[in-house]
Amino acid sequence: MDVLDLSRWQFGITTVYHFLFVPLTIGLSVLVAGFQTAWHRTGDAAYLRMTKFWGRLFLINFAMGVVTGIVQEFQFGMNWSAYSRFVGDVFGAPLAMEGLMAFFLESTFLGLWIFGWDRLPKRVHLATIWLAAIGTNISAYFILAANSWMQHPVGYRLNPATGRAELTDIWAVLTNVTTLATFPHVIFGAFVTAGAFVIGVSAWQLARRREVDLFRASARAALVVTLVASAGVMLSGHWQAQIMTEQQPMKMAAAEALWEDETSAGFSIFAVGDVENGRNHINVQIPYGLSLLSTNTLDGKVEGINDIQARYEKTYGPGDYRPVVGLAYWSFRLMIGFGALAGLLALAGLWFTRRRRLPGNPWFYRIGVLGIGLPFLANTLGWIFTEMGRQPWTVFGVMRTAAAVSPGSDVGEVATTLIGFTLVYAVLAVIEVRLLLKFIRQGPEPEDAVHQDEPALPALSY
Amino acid sequence: MELTTVWFLLIAVLWTGYFVLEGFDFGVGVLLPFLGRDEAERGTLVRAIGPVWDGNEVWLLVAGGATFAAFPEWYATLFSGFYLPLFLVLLALIVRGVALEYRSKSDSTRGWDRAFFWGSLGPAFLWGVAFANIVRGVPLDARHEYTGGLLDLLNPYALLGGAATLALFTLHGAVFTALKTTGELRERARTAARWTGLAALVLGGAFLLVTQLMTGTAATWVSVAVAAAGIAGALVATLRGRDGWAFAANAAAVVAVTVTLFGGLWPDVMPALDPANSLTVHNAASTPYTLGVMTWVAAIFTPVVLAYQAWTYWVFRRRLTVTR
Ligand code: HDD
Ligand code: HEM
Ligand code: HEM
Repeated sequence: MDVLDLSRWQFGITTVYHFLFVPLTIGLSVLVAGFQTAWHRTGDAAYLRMTKFWGRLFLINFAMGVVTGIVQEFQFGMNWSAYSRFVGDVFGAPLAMEGLMAFFLESTFLGLWIFGWDRLPKRVHLATIWLAAIGTNISAYFILAANSWMQHPVGYRLNPATGRAELTDIWAVLTNVTTLATFPHVIFGAFVTAGAFVIGVSAWQLARRREVDLFRASARAALVVTLVASAGVMLSGHWQAQIMTEQQPMKMAAAEALWEDETSAGFSIFAVGDVENGRNHINVQIPYGLSLLSTNTLDGKVEGINDIQARYEKTYGPGDYRPVVGLAYWSFRLMIGFGALAGLLALAGLWFTRRRRLPGNPWFYRIGVLGIGLPFLANTLGWIFTEMGRQPWTVFGVMRTAAAVSPGSDVGEVATTLIGFTLVYAVLAVIEVRLLLKFIRQGPEPEDAVHQDEPALPALSY
Repeated sequence: MELTTVWFLLIAVLWTGYFVLEGFDFGVGVLLPFLGRDEAERGTLVRAIGPVWDGNEVWLLVAGGATFAAFPEWYATLFSGFYLPLFLVLLALIVRGVALEYRSKSDSTRGWDRAFFWGSLGPAFLWGVAFANIVRGVPLDARHEYTGGLLDLLNPYALLGGAATLALFTLHGAVFTALKTTGELRERARTAARWTGLAALVLGGAFLLVTQLMTGTAATWVSVAVAAAGIAGALVATLRGRDGWAFAANAAAVVAVTVTLFGGLWPDVMPALDPANSLTVHNAASTPYTLGVMTWVAAIFTPVVLAYQAWTYWVFRRRLTVTR
């Protein structure tokens, strides 16, 4: 492996790892804030206990999100210095804004929330968790604006003298249509993730008939959230697909293993392709599906890989402009598949728990627990699709990945850090999961430990 | 004032904020095994920085982000050049952050306390090494890529710089602990402040003198003097039992050290051994448009951040007592 491959693996591993924690943080922060608001409104101690139980799991996850995020912030300079020199003028701005507007907000107010139970007036304390939750969402917006610029660069010009990209319109970067579509998709995806997590944990407790009222209420709330968010993910995903067809037709063609231009194209469900010769052996399709998804009409024209390749060679010069087709194809499909499954499970869960019912069959609960994994898979595959489908570009149409890597780094260095990060991450993953399990098993604090006027301090603090 | 100057100052301010704030929580980490004799005491020490450490660390993240936006070349050269030391800093910050958040939630705190100790000591030392190298100058080629190796970064001057920041931050942690605790813990912290104060005076003094002779200007003589006076003031105030003054004096010392480093640097941001290849505020900077946009953002949000962070310190101003 050369420096480029190692750097790509390192970036992929650290970023995908970071994004295991991110969606849960985004979704749970809002759910916990919601539970605390319910306590504030109704004065019902059950909501306080829910706030603390879910709040603790949220904090365990948040810590990992923070420490893995620190690596992200410096990686562009470490491994992609040529990229950083080239785009810093444009790309650095949203990153710096994220720090100043979002990271300070999240971390400061979360500190206040954790330690402020007995120091702050109730109303102010409630505000702190909301501010932290808002911070996580602002953070997502700016980082996605940065990422969307790589997918669809806008608001810049290339300076021929320096050979660098220069920002000409910050507003264009922040309101990039790609960002506007990506942001809701990722946020809805985060709510699916947090929802499935709360459902799964509640299912585990309900199967044991522990704290039935509390976990039934949690699960019902989460089922609704998951269902609504699933619908949101699909609608926003559909919008993204249309934008992608226009901006990065090669990605869409690869996602569909569509080799030649087609009108009334079908949506492929299962295909076995032959990349060498640019065709499929087997292809099972939903008729008109792809044309509908990407153009909103039944007979819309969708470009094929071979045609786009020929066109790109004319525009950008000789080269292979095809991403890894199999990866794009399957990651796209499985993202949708796993995500849709999570939505269906939420629908079924709502039905089976309607009007204070609780199913007796243990399989309901087992499936609920397994469902936790679905959105994590969908999220990860979504990113792999987005980022790998963009290859060979780092900034679409402007800079290739191969030109982005740090010219000065050597294989030994990058291999060392790749192994180092991966090992530490593996150990931390084990520790985090164990801690989560410990507190899930332990369950909420007993009722008498929670006094409403004087909430027990040690619960969430150190 | 030119925007490049504004951003040089702003980045200096961000690093200063980072060192003043995270400096004391590094110090608490380094002192943890020495001051905390039992679990209750160690828990109290960690609680003293619990509400604020994460907010303190964001100063680093914003310094990084701001460098990326305002001086992309600096960001690229610095972090790709100091690759392995930065990797160690990142690992340290990872285990440290997890240790702080997980220690009380785990059955045993011993491993976490060790992680907190090393995770604090490492960066407290390595930031000094890094800044000493930046000030001294490193081998860069015409594309501004770093051409040296790891060993070039571990020269005697840089190691002295590391020892100086380590001593200074440990002292900072000691005066902070004296300010935030009561009883025996406070007494022990004050004893520690005396010893680390002497170390900081000697090591910090030596480092600043060499720095001053190497890169200093008439103006940085002032900041060198302020730094020395600040450390001495922290010592005197500690001896007199004035914890608040001791902390303020040492915070001033940390500010003065950062001012000396950045003052010696200007107008370079990363001098090269061959001056023709040096990165300066001009050739490393973003376009005036980007700098203008970012200036607005900073002008609006920095005061807001300062206000709510200050409020946090106000909310958690009380001293903590060890409860068993
Ligand atoms: C869609 C959302 C999203 C995406 C794509 C990313 N992050 Fe992230 N990041 C968050 C959403 C987020 C968050 C929700 O705001 C986190 C997760 C957990 C947390 O504590 O905040 C966070 C934490 C976090 C932190 C620590 C903040 C702190 O100390 O409070 C840093 C420095 C970064 N991220 C940086 C990055 C970079 C440079 C990314 C690009 C490669 C990135 N993140 C991808
Ligand atoms: C703003 C956010 C992000 C930015 C700016 C960004 C940028 C980049 C860059 C610079 C690379 C390396 C060059 C390349 O191979 O293309 C890359 C690769 C990659 N990114 Fe992202 N990324 C972001 C978010 C994410 C997230 C959140 C994930 C997934 C969780 C992700 C997944 C990947 C993967 C899997 C690769 C490896 C692709 C490869 O091997 O080349 N990215 N991205
Ligand atoms: C019908 C369902 C879905 C459709 C049509 C869909 C569509 C898309 C499309 C077209 C992209 C790529 C955008 C681009 O590269 O420009 C994408 C990315 C992504 N998807 Fe989905 N998606 C669906 C379901 C889900 C679900 C359920 C999740 C997670 C719970 C999810 C998570 C993601 C993520 C994290 C990304 C990468 C970030 C981004 O570019 O937005 N998707 N999706």
